[in-house]
Amino acid sequence: MKTKWIMAATLLVGLAVSAQAARMSVQVREGHLRDRPSFLGTVVTAVEYGDRVEVKRHQGPWRYVAFADREGWIHESALTRQRIVMEAGEVDVAGAATQEEMALAGKGFSAEVEQEFRAQHAEIDFSWVDRMEQMAVTADRLAAFLREGGLKAEGDNL
Amino acid sequence: MKKRFGSSLFGVGGYGVLSPPPALGFFALESTCRLFRRGRACADRAYGLRPVFASEAPTARGPRCSSCEMVKRRGFLSLLLSVGLTSGLLMTAGCETISDIGATVGEATGTIRPEEAESLRRAGIAIGRTFEDITPEQEYYIGRAVSATILSQYTPYDNPAANAYLNELGQALALASDKPETFGGYRFLILDSDEINAFAAPGGFVFITRGMLRLCQTEDELAAVLAHEIGHVQHNHGLRAIKSSRLVTAFTVLAIETTRTLAGDEMKQLTEAFEGSISDITHTMMTSGYARRLEREADAAAVMILKRVGYDPNGLKRMLEEMDRQLEPGRRDFASTHPPPRDRIRDIRRMIDVPALAEPPAARQQRFERAMQGV
Repeated sequence: MKTKWIMAATLLVGLAVSAQAARMSVQVREGHLRDRPSFLGTVVTAVEYGDRVEVKRHQGPWRYVAFADREGWIHESALTRQRIVMEAGEVDVAGAATQEEMALAGKGFSAEVEQEFRAQHAEIDFSWVDRMEQMAVTADRLAAFLREGGLKAEGDNL
Repeated sequence: MKKRFGSSLFGVGGYGVLSPPPALGFFALESTCRLFRRGRACADRAYGLRPVFASEAPTARGPRCSSCEMVKRRGFLSLLLSVGLTSGLLMTAGCETISDIGATVGEATGTIRPEEAESLRRAGIAIGRTFEDITPEQEYYIGRAVSATILSQYTPYDNPAANAYLNELGQALALASDKPETFGGYRFLILDSDEINAFAAPGGFVFITRGMLRLCQTEDELAAVLAHEIGHVQHNHGLRAIKSSRLVTAFTVLAIETTRTLAGDEMKQLTEAFEGSISDITHTMMTSGYARRLEREADAAAVMILKRVGYDPNGLKRMLEEMDRQLEPGRRDFASTHPPPRDRIRDIRRMIDVPALAEPPAARQQRFERAMQGV
């Protein structure tokens, strides 16, 4: 009888751990869930930094995840096992310092530190860095670029 | 107590006895109250009898004058940073750190407050952090500042069509890498310089000079240069160049931070660590160069990326051969920061297992030549 209880408890703990492991956070500013494991797949929904997704299955480096009431594929490099705390309070700071599974958004080398750095280095101009950030390439344009150049338009992330 | 750090950041083994060095004695933080005004005595006995005023700060032992509070806080931050750095020297695998011992002793003797003891313990953990603990968000801000620093030494080439083409090509390559997603995404920019050079800042900011572009005869060759730079981003080579001491400071400040807005001293320490990190990366990237092992890693990543997208990996070999012919020793360019092209060609030869493309598809070559017009 006692053995059964121990087994049941072990199973529950195991399930809890695996459920925990299946939860991941979006670690990029803006990510997308797509209808197939490819950056050329159709976007099902957008996800943001810190969003928690539930991993259902994987195929190579791609994860099929659920977010809110939508599901889709996202590359593993956009995800982390850490829980990202967006508005950290004191308890979060203590937790993140001692637990590897937690990370704080907007802390450490952050926008605030960049501002301070810029204030001290007026000679360093960030305007072209901001312009670079505007040079995004749409999925449609990328697909056309690959097609026109006779390049691979499927497999290995594309 | 088992800690996650297995070895010292400073490469020093263990000491037989762990004890705080004299400079880190907890009374070292004491400082006399700078304001000599009349009033009640400061209740912080460690400071002795001190005048206390209007802005007195209550402590477990009673009121403490604002001046003492300020001095003590500043001293405590310095102490934490010192502890972080010194603990690295005293650590042995599986042993308690000096910060743990210090925190316990300090707390037991009432020398430091419980919350300070907790900060001290967290600071001890912070020293175990490495570049791998830098989040993509922090990598992005490091990358922005490194990019801005590069752009303070080079003029951007303001040619929207050429830069748009470069970004389409670069994006196709980046998405085929093992790290296709970064916090802000990959971006590419041409530098208006005759130097033969290219750089990659953390987070995916990639730069290539007009001199290097002019060396490329085909899109496949240009793809090879960009793929090599993406390889540096994929393997976090820029972040690896940051000295451990900067990270100890940054993670210690992060560990003891208790409010949403950083106090002046904490912000100062963090900004200095940030500044130092940017300097470490740009110096490595632009002056000293990465270790040959890292260059080999970036070349291997480039070959893999080129194959995945459908480019001829022999493009990398051709570019290296061309650089070998063009580079002049002593000049500020690829030659000063990279191993000799001949050595790199030898290293990648085995990875390139496909015959060289006789010539690229016509449409690919035409768009390349169109984009490079005037460059």
